[in-house]
Amino acid sequence: MVNPQLDAEGNLKHLLTIEGLPKRILNQILDTAETFVGVAERDIKKVPLLRGKTVCNIFFENSTRTRTTFEIAAKRLSADVINLNVNTSSQSKGETILDTVDNLIAMHADMFVVRHAQSGAAHFIARHVPDNISVINAGDGRHAHPTQGLLDVFTVRKYKPDLHNLRVALVGDVLHSRVARSEIHALTTLGVPEVRVIAPKTLLPADVEKLGVQVFHDMKAGLKDVDVIMMLRLQNERMSGALLPSAQEYFRTFGLTQEKLSYAKSDAIVMHPGPMNRGVEIDSSVADGSQSVILPQVTYGIAVRMAVMAILGGGSIGGGNAGGAV
Amino acid sequence: MNLPNPETLLAEITAKIKTQLEFNGLTNTALVGIHSGGVWLMNHILKNIKLDVPYGMLDAAMYRDDYAKRGLKTEPKPSNIAFDVTNKHIILIDDIFYTGRTTRAAMNELFDYGRPASITLAVLINRGGAELPIAPNIVGAEILLKPHENLQLSQDNKGKLQLSLENKTLETNNG
Repeated sequence: MVNPQLDAEGNLKHLLTIEGLPKRILNQILDTAETFVGVAERDIKKVPLLRGKTVCNIFFENSTRTRTTFEIAAKRLSADVINLNVNTSSQSKGETILDTVDNLIAMHADMFVVRHAQSGAAHFIARHVPDNISVINAGDGRHAHPTQGLLDVFTVRKYKPDLHNLRVALVGDVLHSRVARSEIHALTTLGVPEVRVIAPKTLLPADVEKLGVQVFHDMKAGLKDVDVIMMLRLQNERMSGALLPSAQEYFRTFGLTQEKLSYAKSDAIVMHPGPMNRGVEIDSSVADGSQSVILPQVTYGIAVRMAVMAILGGGSIGGGNAGGAV
Repeated sequence: MNLPNPETLLAEITAKIKTQLEFNGLTNTALVGIHSGGVWLMNHILKNIKLDVPYGMLDAAMYRDDYAKRGLKTEPKPSNIAFDVTNKHIILIDDIFYTGRTTRAAMNELFDYGRPASITLAVLINRGGAELPIAPNIVGAEILLKPHENLQLSQDNKGKLQLSLENKTLETNNG
C-alpha cells in the first residue's frame, strides 16, 4: 500500500498520522527538533529556512493553543503565517473544505496546517493539493494528532533517553483522545517495550489491546513501577451520554494525586498535553510538582513543530528542485 | 597528487590561533567550530593549546542558500553557542575552504546570537574557488583544486585525521 505521507524516495511529504510512519522518519524529526531547541534561547529566535514561504493554519475546529504553537514555530522559521478559523456549520462540508483549500492554493500557499473535528480531514486535503504543497494534521476528530504525539515522545526522550527500557502509562480518556492514539503509535514504533493504558471501561475503545498496550482499570496496579505517566484530558466537549458518574468521582478513582503518583517509580515524570482540568484528571500539587514536565512539553512542542515544517519545506515546496539533479 | 599531512597543518594553524588568542585576550575570544570537520579540529586545538577559552559549535545547514534544493540533512547536528557572542572576538574554524558559502551561512547564524567584535576564519586547507568576497585569515595550506575534485577531511574513532581526494561525477558543490 502506498503511504500518502511519503514521496517516491521515502521522504516525508505530509504529516497526517504517526501510524505507519517508519522509525527512521520519527527519529529524523526528533533529531532535527533537537537542533531547534536552542534557537529559542538566542537573541534572535529565528532561522531563515522558510523565508518567503506561506504557511496557512486552517482551523475548522477551534484551538488557540495548538494554533499558536504552530504559528510561533512557522514564524521562527521565518515563514509568513495566515490563520483561518473556518466555520464548520455549512451543510455541504466536503465542498466547503475543498473550496477553502482551492482558494488558498490560488493564493500560492506552500504549507497547510489543518485541524478538523472529523477524522480523515487532513488526509482528504492532502489527496487534493498539488505536489508542491505539504499538509500537516493538527488534529482530526478522534483519529490523530501527530505533532502532539511527537512532542510527547521528544519530551520522554529528553528525560528518559533509554526508550528501550521504559514503562509508560497513559491515564484517562483514551476513547475520545486522538493524542493517546498518536502517543501509543509513536512509543511502540520507537521501541518502548511496555505501554499501559489506565482508564474506566467506558473511556476505552473496544479493541484497544490491538494497539499493543496493556489495559488496567486500577491506578495502583497500573502505575506500579512506571517511568512516565502521560495524563489525558477528560474531553467533556467530545462526550455524549453519561460515560462517567461525576467529575468528582472520576478524580477520586483516576485523578493523579501525590498519593497515586507514589505508586510509580520515584523518578517518574508526569506529562499532560493540556489544557488541564485541575482537580478532575490531575491534582494541582502534582501538576505544579517537581516531577511535572508539563511546561517543558510546551517548549519542546515548538521545536518539534519547527522540525516537521523544516523537513517538509526543504527541497520540495515553493517551486524548489524536487527530486531533480542538484 | 601528494596530500599534506593534516596533523602537520593542524599544528601550524594551532600555533597561529594561539597567537591570535593571546593577542585578543583570552576572556574576549571564543572558538567556534563548524560541523563536522571544524568541530574535530577545534577539539584538537583546545586540547593542544591548554587554555581555558569559551567555545561553541555551529551547523550552518539552516542558513545555507541551497536549502530549497537540498533540504535538511538527514543527520542534523545541534548548534551550541553557550557563551555571549556580543563583543567577543570569534575564531571560526572549518576544515576545507571552498566557495565561501558555508562561511557566509555560519556568519549569519553567529549574528543571530549577538554582535561579535570580530570574526576570524581559520581553515586547514584553502582549495580555491571562492564565490563570495570571503577569504580565510589563518590557513594551513593552499591547494588549488578543480571543481570536480572533492577534498575531504575524516577522523577515525581514535581521533586521527585523514585527507582524501576523489573525483566527483555529480556537481554537488557543498563547500
